Amino acid sequence: MHFGIQNILFIIALAVAGFVFARKFGNIWRNIKLGKEVNRTDRKAERWSVMGRVALGQTKMVKRRYVAGFFHVVIYAGFLLINIEVLEILIDGIFGTHRLFAAPLGGLYTAAINFFEILAVLVIVSCLVFLWRRNVVVVDRFKALTGWAKRDGNNILIIELVLMVALLVMGAAEANMAEVKAGPFLISGLIAPAFEGVSQANLHLIERTAWWLHILGILAFLNYLPYSKHFHIIMAFPNVWYSKLEPKGQFSNNETVKKEVELMMDPAADPYAAPAEADPDTPPERFGAKDVTDLNWVQLMNAYACTECGRCTASCPAHITGKKLSPRKIMMDTRDRLEEVGKNINANKGTFVDDGKSLLGDYTTAEELWACTTCNACTEACPVNIDPLSIIMDMRRYMVMEESNASQQVNMMMTNVENNGAPWAYAQADRANWTNEL
Amino acid sequence: MEAERIKVPTMAEMMAAGKKPDVLFWVGCAGSFDDRAKKITKAFVNILHKAEVEFAVLGTEESCTGDPAKRAGNEFLFMMQAVANIQVLNGYEVTKIVTTCPHCFNTLKNEYPELGGSYEVMHHTKFINQLLKEGKLSIAGGPYKGKRITFHDPCYLGRANGIYEAPRELIQKLDAELVEMRRCKSNGLCCGAGGAQMFKEPEPGNKDINIERTDEALETKPDVIAAACPFCNTMMTDGVKNSSREGQLPVMDIAELVARAGDL
Repeated sequence: MHFGIQNILFIIALAVAGFVFARKFGNIWRNIKLGKEVNRTDRKAERWSVMGRVALGQTKMVKRRYVAGFFHVVIYAGFLLINIEVLEILIDGIFGTHRLFAAPLGGLYTAAINFFEILAVLVIVSCLVFLWRRNVVVVDRFKALTGWAKRDGNNILIIELVLMVALLVMGAAEANMAEVKAGPFLISGLIAPAFEGVSQANLHLIERTAWWLHILGILAFLNYLPYSKHFHIIMAFPNVWYSKLEPKGQFSNNETVKKEVELMMDPAADPYAAPAEADPDTPPERFGAKDVTDLNWVQLMNAYACTECGRCTASCPAHITGKKLSPRKIMMDTRDRLEEVGKNINANKGTFVDDGKSLLGDYTTAEELWACTTCNACTEACPVNIDPLSIIMDMRRYMVMEESNASQQVNMMMTNVENNGAPWAYAQADRANWTNEL
Repeated sequence: MEAERIKVPTMAEMMAAGKKPDVLFWVGCAGSFDDRAKKITKAFVNILHKAEVEFAVLGTEESCTGDPAKRAGNEFLFMMQAVANIQVLNGYEVTKIVTTCPHCFNTLKNEYPELGGSYEVMHHTKFINQLLKEGKLSIAGGPYKGKRITFHDPCYLGRANGIYEAPRELIQKLDAELVEMRRCKSNGLCCGAGGAQMFKEPEPGNKDINIERTDEALETKPDVIAAACPFCNTMMTDGVKNSSREGQLPVMDIAELVARAGDL
């Protein structure tokens, strides 16, 4: 095969796919950066180690969920390793070569392709298992997914099936061809008899069609990702790297409030001092989060890293006992709202025009947020260290500190803490009474 | 016990006498006021006394750590409490704190340092373990020998701070049979009290969380449900009251089990 019209078409397809993806990715990154700054670049060695274990090593993926964990590892390994073959396909496509690595690698090449073909079969099996879990037996945590969320999950699995089948058909057709660069290979060799007796011209056509289907499929898949939960294959790694390293029980101290309280408690502060000149055009900083732009950028990245598996929700005590809260929905709400804000910015030449909506209220309701026990089951369950709890807490802070939107009982508790130093209405002076009962 | 009444010194008394205790026992609101939790406090004081630990309490100078306010979303109130408590603690030059409440433990250990209060903070299950290892305390057999005990992991001890083994080691030292619930350790189910839920009615649902958790505990056919948090204790006690084993299944804190095994 020589450089020709096919290669020009291929290069154009590659360039267009790359350009479209880069533009969309830039858009998503812009959206993520709408979040507030947060320092997550400390303890770098530990971050690499966590990423190695959790993202690369899939340790949380296989924890307690053996079936899903096992098949996910298969698809994940297939994705990572078969992509080595895609590298060859890309080079072949650009330069008009065919199986470029076959000659220099020799027996190693055959071994590698055999291995990839076995992986491809395992991926096909895994995709079928996952489709079955989503559509036939319907695992509990997938029951809540409807509409786009459900279709999305199936789309991805079907695309992966098509890609893998194309890969095998390509090899099978080639195995029957008169001039063969390499092979026959383990699995495609088994399918090869299906193409026996087909004319050389048709074999060539089948092989080329499968080749194009495979590579165009990959490029299409790449551009499907940003609209899909499957974007996690790109965001999972950075998401784990930037995840919270402090003990799960340590909640952030709100910086805005900290400044106010320090000023209040500082005996040297001049109570009559004129406030520092503030820019009248900048709105005062909010306590807590009402909308996605009040969250920090890692929380927003969390939303794009979420693949809606629902392990968080399945382990949430509030959800288990029939309450409205679902940590997965918190993440999906955050992404949906952020996408809406991003579209608003795009439509208004780079500035956000108030649409009268917000994450709190229009997407997530107070009832959901008040059902949380802050138990950290969701953050523990997440295979990629997403932190829905921090988003729940930030919205609670907004409700309580900006809207005084808490139940009578919660308000009573807070009044008691403020006046008596205890959540109940006991007098501070009685605190040590128990020492007399020994 | 007629013998001697245990005197619990306050930091103020200690300071007046020119002494400094080895450890401050942070009692917490539940441990100070709640009748059920006060028994846990007393059991732990008996242990401290038996092990001859030099300890003191803040007494009326202690105030809520601010945990329920913070989990409810009220950062202002939390920080007011925290800053005031830190002033008191730093004033007494406290370096080591032990507490029987995982919520106080978590807040003091993790959330105070950033506000100027850095101490070595221990949960009582770890502290008691240490006393045993140092030979200051011994327990053997006793009333729990061979009994089936299931342990409910408090979220703020377990997942929040990764402490799963300290309470379990103590149960095993009682020569009891530790039986695990379906969901335990990092997969443990919350009792339903955390995040300020203790002080409010649950949101609408089809079951209360403490009932769900108690049902799980009952599946292990335990003789005792062990807890290590005064709030979990309340929730599980209420759960048992709603079950077929009402009145027959005690919910006990680890400190109470150890104290009773040592006949304290």
